[in-house]
Amino acid sequence: MQQLLQDTLATAPLGVTILLSLVVILLHSFVKNSERAQAMVSVAGLAIAAAAAFWTFPMRGTAFSGMVMTGGYASAMSVLFIAGAALTILLARDYLGKIGADFGEFHILVLLAVTGMMAFASGLDLIVTFIGLEVMSVCLYVLAGMTRGRLEANEASLKYFLLGAFATGFFLYGIALIYGAAGTTNLAAIAQSASARAQDPLFLAGCGLLLVGFAFKVGAVPFHMWVPDVYEGAPSVVTGFMSTAAKASAFAAFMLVFIAKFDIAHGRISLALAMLSVASMVLGNVVAISQTSIKRMLAYSSIAHAGYMLIGLAAGTPAAISGVLFYLLSYLFTNIGAFGVVSIIENEKQENVSIESFAGLGTRRPLLGALMSLFLFSLVGLPPLSGFFGKYYIFYAAIAEGYTWLTIVGVLTSMISIYYYLRVVVVMYFRSDTDATAVPVTTLGTASLLLSAAGVLVFGFFPRLITDIADTLF
Amino acid sequence: MIESYIPIFLILAVAVVFGVVSANMSWLLGPQRPNRAKNSTYESGMEPVRTAHDRFSVKYYMVAVLFILFDIEVVFMYPWAVQYRNLGLYGFVEMVVFIGILLVGFVYVIKKGALQWD
Repeated sequence: MQQLLQDTLATAPLGVTILLSLVVILLHSFVKNSERAQAMVSVAGLAIAAAAAFWTFPMRGTAFSGMVMTGGYASAMSVLFIAGAALTILLARDYLGKIGADFGEFHILVLLAVTGMMAFASGLDLIVTFIGLEVMSVCLYVLAGMTRGRLEANEASLKYFLLGAFATGFFLYGIALIYGAAGTTNLAAIAQSASARAQDPLFLAGCGLLLVGFAFKVGAVPFHMWVPDVYEGAPSVVTGFMSTAAKASAFAAFMLVFIAKFDIAHGRISLALAMLSVASMVLGNVVAISQTSIKRMLAYSSIAHAGYMLIGLAAGTPAAISGVLFYLLSYLFTNIGAFGVVSIIENEKQENVSIESFAGLGTRRPLLGALMSLFLFSLVGLPPLSGFFGKYYIFYAAIAEGYTWLTIVGVLTSMISIYYYLRVVVVMYFRSDTDATAVPVTTLGTASLLLSAAGVLVFGFFPRLITDIADTLF
Repeated sequence: MIESYIPIFLILAVAVVFGVVSANMSWLLGPQRPNRAKNSTYESGMEPVRTAHDRFSVKYYMVAVLFILFDIEVVFMYPWAVQYRNLGLYGFVEMVVFIGILLVGFVYVIKKGALQWD
């Protein structure tokens, strides 16, 4: 009983988020038309969960008979997901009302997705990892198709679900093969005997299948086919959430299983990761150039960013891990912000997402234009914004590990990306206003954008705030 | 490693042989006097009225989803009930948490009117 209490306290962020989603479900069930209250309760509860994560940070260890990780890494990642969810819920208030999809279920699904992400990123047993993955994914499948009447949303949801279920199959089959070879699903026990199994084909096949499952979830080439259609069809705020928090969670679990703590494949997948990384960076950046829809462009850019982060995973040193964590945080603020601006520009029918519709935004709405430029510059990776330091830490760690060629590809493809990111800035400031639709002012949305921008700037000017924490995670 | 799977292979073989033999033996040994009633889909059950490839209400889908939910709940409770004494207070608390979460879902389902037929 003592143990149960102790374990529950150590996993407080997860517990608080589960309780919070139950409270919001009850609120939604008993009080009609309380969507606004539900959003406020969700944000307040997420603040408590974040406080719990800070409080549990020093409690590094395991809970529930070694099934879940507590403190350190788990707490830090929890804060990341909580920040993403809170920014998304704030942005969604006015957006969902505008597109006529103000369902209370939105908050419930976002909160449940966050619990899934936390379990996914802190599972010390492949079964917990899998359950976390599924809880997160099922919520995202529904969120992607939230605007039921829209054909694109239906396509996005169905495509995401079918391909996601397929990737889940790979993941589960990988777990089964690893269990067949190692006789356990506990990561620590698998890691102990991993070097003895370095030649075991069954074990290596299992690791390979697991790799495919992870690569699908982070959207790396050649497992990226779903990304453009799903990101385009889903409501913009949901896309922002999917492309940042869900991706961060997949990367966090990826690193936990393969690199940071357990390294169950014993460095054997490093070259495979490097290949995935090159393919993602080249394809993502090159195809993004020809996109006319901003959502599709950001989707391909998201594939490219997964490629940059995979450089860090290929290098696999503690410095690279801390670089990837910094990148995830920076990308979270930047991309939620960018999709947030898109969600404000969109009209009721969720049209208006071509790059041309940004024409004259810089003079029409100076604040929105400036914020969008800030996010795009950070995506390019210009100093002193946080996107620059994310790339810097990853490239630096990769060179130290001998991946100079990979870094060269990374830098060259970033050069390509300057073209399509800055094209939006050019359209915003140097093209005259073609479409005079007034963009409505939204207080909460602007607040969320300003918070995101603050994140981009603060972590750009003071990157050590994060890297100091990232060095003390394990 | 592979030796530990021998019982599974054995039971698999027994199952296949048993199924094939008993199905064929009744066909070989039994008298065959077919009539209209015997050849219908459910011999002593309902009269089939239409073809099976028919449209049916989407409401059945909701019932099926909820059935799976509560089915799994019960499946989970059986082993817990059998092991109740060994699991003690720890097991009891965990089951209360599980049922509590499910109960909230049930409240949501009722309040949403998912159990109302029309």
